Amino acid sequence: MVGKRLSSPQELEQLRKHILSRRHTEQTVITVCTGTACQTYGSLHVFQALTEEIKRQGLAASVVTAKPTGCHGFCEKGPVIVIFPQEICYVKVKLADVPEIVSKTLAQGEIIDRLLYLDPVTGQKIARDPEIPFYKNQMRLLLGNNRYINPRDIEDYIALGGYHALCKALFQMTPEQVLQEIKKSNLRGRGGGGFPTGIKWETTRNAPGEPKYVIVNCDEGDPGAYMDRSLMEGNPHSVLEGLIIGAYAIGSHQGFIYVRQEYPIACENTVEAIKQAEEYGLLGENILGSGFDFSVKIHCGAGAFVSGESTALMSAIEGKVGEPKMKYIHTAVSGIKGKPSCLNNVETWATVPLIINKGAEWFASIGTERSKGTKIFSLVGKVNNTGLVEVPMGMTLRRLIYDIGGGIPGGKKFKAVQTGGPSGGVIPEQYLDTPIDFDELTRLGSMMGSGGMVVMDEDTCMVDTARFFINFCCEESCGKCIPCREGLRILREILTAICEGRGRDEDIEAIEEIARVMQDASLCALGTTAANPVLTTLRYFRSEYEAHIKEKRCPARACKRLTSYYIVPEKCTACMICLRNCPTGAIHGAKNIVHWIEQEKCIKCNTCFEVCPPRFHAVTRISGEPLPPPPSPNTPVLRQKRGE
Amino acid sequence: MTLTIDGKEVTAREDMTVLEAARKAGIHIPTLCYHQQLKPYGACRICSVEVETKGRVRVVASCGYPVEQGLVVRTRSPRIDRIRKVLIELIAPTVMVNGNVSGEIKKIATEYGADIHRFEPQFRGKSTRCILCGQCVRYCEEVVGEHAIGFVGRGIDRRVVFFPDKARSCIICQACLNLCPTGKIPAETDFVVFDNFSLDDYVSGTL
Repeated sequence: MVGKRLSSPQELEQLRKHILSRRHTEQTVITVCTGTACQTYGSLHVFQALTEEIKRQGLAASVVTAKPTGCHGFCEKGPVIVIFPQEICYVKVKLADVPEIVSKTLAQGEIIDRLLYLDPVTGQKIARDPEIPFYKNQMRLLLGNNRYINPRDIEDYIALGGYHALCKALFQMTPEQVLQEIKKSNLRGRGGGGFPTGIKWETTRNAPGEPKYVIVNCDEGDPGAYMDRSLMEGNPHSVLEGLIIGAYAIGSHQGFIYVRQEYPIACENTVEAIKQAEEYGLLGENILGSGFDFSVKIHCGAGAFVSGESTALMSAIEGKVGEPKMKYIHTAVSGIKGKPSCLNNVETWATVPLIINKGAEWFASIGTERSKGTKIFSLVGKVNNTGLVEVPMGMTLRRLIYDIGGGIPGGKKFKAVQTGGPSGGVIPEQYLDTPIDFDELTRLGSMMGSGGMVVMDEDTCMVDTARFFINFCCEESCGKCIPCREGLRILREILTAICEGRGRDEDIEAIEEIARVMQDASLCALGTTAANPVLTTLRYFRSEYEAHIKEKRCPARACKRLTSYYIVPEKCTACMICLRNCPTGAIHGAKNIVHWIEQEKCIKCNTCFEVCPPRFHAVTRISGEPLPPPPSPNTPVLRQKRGE
Repeated sequence: MTLTIDGKEVTAREDMTVLEAARKAGIHIPTLCYHQQLKPYGACRICSVEVETKGRVRVVASCGYPVEQGLVVRTRSPRIDRIRKVLIELIAPTVMVNGNVSGEIKKIATEYGADIHRFEPQFRGKSTRCILCGQCVRYCEEVVGEHAIGFVGRGIDRRVVFFPDKARSCIICQACLNLCPTGKIPAETDFVVFDNFSLDDYVSGTL
């Protein structure tokens, strides 16, 4: 391992050239996304089969190589593979497709039409991944390299110019200059709060006390959010490089990477990245011969949402229970063991090398006046293209959801988008043209948060949505302070009662009063922000609360206790589909005999509603009005299947 | 240094908290989890006050907020009164014994007009009589130097338990008995159980 150690920037550059010279420019590289989402679709098996098939068909390694990479982002279509240099993208690849991919595309350059992405808007097949609208409308500064890099191979990162920013910082800049560059870039923390990163660094740098610590927060826990995981899994060296640069600017020689245990691949890849960086002399003593020492330890969290809070996370690193403490003195001044500790989110650290490489002015030219650069969102929920999306700040929510996300599936109507996870809020349709910006989102009662973006359509009940997030926080609250623990307990009960038709007139007032006290008085940000989903749904969808309470009606027809399923006899063609799919045998009828639902047996699983062919639209949901009586037994079908 | 609390100029030492400065000046701020000998904990939030710095008004826990030169503090305001009222209403069902609360909680409830039965219909847990102020846990750790008592569980499942292998000295010490603001420990603790107690019993629900 001694031989790998680099002791100057020149040696790093030589190594980069050497790596590139080993790679033939004509070589075909087939990359398989092995991020967590694609792995669940079986991408590891696809990768293995590809490797074997390439060998079996006798394609030489100098001509074709297969490479596992981190998350490409288009998780909806996994497993995703991209063939370079042509950038041919195949989606939803199955094991059975592998021999054909090798014999046709890899051996002869022939494109397999069936595996290409089909643009639902134009009906066209798209061969190259940069042309897929999902990717085309993004600005993938951080995520872009995921598709080239094997996260277990530091040389892949170096080949793309990795650790160049570190060289620049260590050899061409003083720590003070690095700090000023970050301050000038106006980078704001990506973990949720949006605190200016440069000011945080400066606070730690100037705080009395040694040693100083720098920490990566990868305790991402928002429901539906996974951008930090994908960066940590897919490009761990970019985070590491940012961390080392930050440590140099701050004057720290010890860093920690806090990764939640639920992210096993991220943990493994980070451990491997640290090991390789040490072998190459990019971590440890005298980094690249600069005289700067810095080492990193990884801490696998025991699994609690609240541990992402800075004081809780630092307690966990100290080996104590991950529970928040009062922080009227910032952790940047008094953190781990009372020493100055600078904590930044994964995405924030990964942005640092970009700023050092390309300059603060370049970075500050992207985005809005007060929010700079790009932000990664995990776009999930009722949207056609779910996945990871990186866009410049200032893009409107509408462009993100429609141009990149492809709009709402099934021709449904957009209702709201939840940003910022359980600490954020819902944003209704009238604000879809709001630019994505820390302050704009806060003004709407929501927040940027770490980047979760859950799209909801007309079938989503807003009271139920609030109940979901309150329930999440109730389970994740540490229980230390009264407003958070008891406030969430009572809020959950009130919201559950409203969803079940037991709401009382005084409930809305009680919700608002508890929510305000939680905001004012909770010990940490989990408690102060936990009520945001309730407050925003109340602000924008108050009538839905009132319908539940006063009319015992769920306008979205989503709350089970307030909704019944009914088959309209005039529309039923007795096709038997719902009858066969009903898990409780609640649907009666026969061929040519109109179907009807036995209400006592119905568990409201929504299956009949989903399987009833849209052209019949016979199964309906009714809320807040009396249920029509079932048709008399053995009513023959009134509507013919064909010819109507 | 000097600061203003409720319009009164107060001098304080640099290492004091707002609560300590107020008490020294004879200004009363109610507390439930504060104890003079223990480090500030900030769990009950009853001691919340409004502080004004650079024209910005914030609510902070006075037990943990360090004094600053020129700080303006308000210990009573409609906002603060509402916080204390709602906090008592939220915690009351947990400590209800025979339809009533007692001690300091009762005093604060009366002063701030809290309806202790307000959230009873929504409260589905058991009345544990414990507000999780942690005075017992922290006293045992910080003053006695033992760790015979501690927290287990998270959120609404958070509980205080005695750790069996450490709790043998409890029979002699018994310091936590007098600390408990709700009287739970003296009322419910039979020191005989310490020998038999185990965490497994707690987890399985038999304790």
